[in-house]
Amino acid sequence: MNLDYTEAELAFRDEVRTFVRTNLPPEISRKIIEHKRLGKDDWVTWQKLLHARGWIAPGWPKAAGGTGWNPVERHIFEEECAAAGAPPIMAFGIYMVGPVIIAYGNDAQQQRYLPRILASDDWWCQGYSEPGSGSDLASLKTRAVRNGDHYIVNGQKTWTTLAQFADMMFCLVRTASDGKKQEGISFLLIDMHSPGVTVRPIITLDGEHEVNEVWLEDVEVPVENLVGEEGRGWTYAKFLLSHERTNIAGVSRSKRELAYLKHIASQEHAGGAPLIDNPRFRDKIARVEIELMALEITNLRVLVADRQGKPPGPEASILKIKGTEIQQALTELMMEAVGSVALAHLPGSWGDHWLGERVGPEYAAPLAARYFNYRKVTIYGGSNEIQRNIIAQGILGL
Amino acid sequence: MDFDFTEEQLMLKASVDKFLEKTYSFGARNAIIATRAGYSPDIWKGFAELGLLGLPVPQDRDGFGGGGVETMVVMEAFGRHLVVEPYLGTVVMAASLIATVGSDDQKQYLLPLIMDGTMKLACGFLEAAGRYDLGHVETTARQEPNGAWIISGRKSVVIHGAVADLLIISARTSGKAGDADGVSLFFVNPAEPGVSGLEYPTYDGMRAAEVTFENVQVNSDSLIGVAGRSLPVVELVADRAIAALCAEAVGAMTTLKDATLEYLKTRRQFGVPIGRFQALQHRMVDLLMHCEQARSMAMLAAMKVDSTDVVERRRAVSGAKELIGRSGRFVAQQAIQLHGGMGMTNELNVSHYVKRITAIDTLFGDADHHLDRFHAAAAALPLPSFEKPRSKWKQI
Repeated sequence: MNLDYTEAELAFRDEVRTFVRTNLPPEISRKIIEHKRLGKDDWVTWQKLLHARGWIAPGWPKAAGGTGWNPVERHIFEEECAAAGAPPIMAFGIYMVGPVIIAYGNDAQQQRYLPRILASDDWWCQGYSEPGSGSDLASLKTRAVRNGDHYIVNGQKTWTTLAQFADMMFCLVRTASDGKKQEGISFLLIDMHSPGVTVRPIITLDGEHEVNEVWLEDVEVPVENLVGEEGRGWTYAKFLLSHERTNIAGVSRSKRELAYLKHIASQEHAGGAPLIDNPRFRDKIARVEIELMALEITNLRVLVADRQGKPPGPEASILKIKGTEIQQALTELMMEAVGSVALAHLPGSWGDHWLGERVGPEYAAPLAARYFNYRKVTIYGGSNEIQRNIIAQGILGL
Repeated sequence: MDFDFTEEQLMLKASVDKFLEKTYSFGARNAIIATRAGYSPDIWKGFAELGLLGLPVPQDRDGFGGGGVETMVVMEAFGRHLVVEPYLGTVVMAASLIATVGSDDQKQYLLPLIMDGTMKLACGFLEAAGRYDLGHVETTARQEPNGAWIISGRKSVVIHGAVADLLIISARTSGKAGDADGVSLFFVNPAEPGVSGLEYPTYDGMRAAEVTFENVQVNSDSLIGVAGRSLPVVELVADRAIAALCAEAVGAMTTLKDATLEYLKTRRQFGVPIGRFQALQHRMVDLLMHCEQARSMAMLAAMKVDSTDVVERRRAVSGAKELIGRSGRFVAQQAIQLHGGMGMTNELNVSHYVKRITAIDTLFGDADHHLDRFHAAAAALPLPSFEKPRSKWKQI
């Protein structure tokens, strides 16, 4: 039992560190660290830099253009990127649809989509949730009816993250309504530029436009865009879920956020002393820090087991629950730390090119919005209550 | 990086598990607690035969040469069986203390007697007025011209104090209570004139003592380590005890979690096993998560307790004790709640695990105390700096 990296792992860590330090544009890392708004270009710029280095797809097999890294190497990569303030790789292409196409797509689909995913030439979004189908995803109603060489798709998707940037959507649709509800679902790749696709913003409580409704009205989707077999989409969706869980705990990012929280708490003052020395506030920081230390070890235990050939099952749900609770606690403490100047709502001030007035220190501006925004993390990706159901069944056998 | 036990550690685990499986049923434990001594000489002899009493003793002194992880292996098994023998004081604390800072004579004389089971020791580091502060030492020791030391003072809640053949206590040779300098360590034979005590049972089935020293004279060989410089040693030994207690707590918490899960699957109400109710399922998941986080911290403490980097050691050990204090409390309370009325009885073993876990929180500092200590250790580290990278847009 030891926490030491091998010589080779240390050399790899240095290699990643050097690359990230040399190549990550400082204006991008500044946005990440200071919670500023990122544009599409920021993500694409960083992803193209990683692609040029051959590091864009840590979880893919080498033959498909991945890195072939083991789980510990992936962790090292993630840790170095997060510490330096690199934008996380957008999940939809690399972590979600990519592995499904590699596992279940045909040759033509692999040749057409995988290079464009690797090069960040297409921005993907996820067409899963519907207004009536959230946690009960298999009840989805969006219909795809075969008509010659095409499916005609009608329905409505919702909570579609960054669909406003998207070129492609991987979409769960109903191709049959008899039998079990899971069995009539198929996995379609839809061109977002097709006629009949309408993206409407949903403005969330932080005032931001991150998620959307996507309306599908008589959208013609070529039959060659069906992944795998008709009616097997639920299986592919479950497979995808197991890949989405890479780095689900978000430990490395939370470590950076904890450091930033301490930075803020050392700048702020309460009763004439730095807030970080206020017993009530420092206790809250210390408790989160200890929880995070524990989660880091729990996460490494899962990673090392994965490296030894035991990929995480329902254990990943523990990482999701604890990881998101810590993320929320950190956003909450940062907002608390700056006191009432957090009230100032100047969304322009955490975007590009703000030359206007500020209320309070620069770091304070986005903290309330971020706190509100982060209420999402215990809801998305399978709400934490659904995760508890998964653990109750999968680990406890209840 | 790995979280596996070595071949040797696995053998140690197997032999401890097998021994306790055979000898330490819940009924056998109750019988031991009911004896006058409050521990079993036969079990103690068994520990000696297994080599457990020499666990932290270096191999060149015929010990096992174990560190934090080996101690974790043994203590987790003790936690599963609620072992009441004076192992923590004698082996985890006293033997490791002697092996670390004892003189050659002290090692040569005492370590074999500990390892063969002849001699049990207890450590008295805390005083009533000091709460959990190891530096709060009012007990004094002054040296006579002939070299002997005269010790006066009182040590509080000395676990297994009355069954010990020899005590190790902290006493002040200079300065005032709370000073970092001036703390020294002494062996005191409890049979010496001037040593008196009050022995009492604790709610978790152990024994403890309030020990008073009135002008107790010990010879110059009784000093351990360097006079006035021993607070770091006391803290190191307490950290080893804490890491061990964290492992013991994890053993007890895991057993309690398993028993509670079994109960949810078998207890029927409203025509179904109560584990079918989502409110109870989710509570049970929270129990599991607390156990896993606690295990992670116990592992971290076991790995870092031998670290020469004192800040790293304190952060890991105090972080573990804080988290396990809280998570242990949660698991214990919910185990009773989910067992319903049965959890309230003395008859079922559940309440005995609950009491031990509750006791562990107060030993060597509770969660609040270690939150402070964790913070103090973190404060020793430099604050993160977020120097601003040069930005282009300000120039537009």
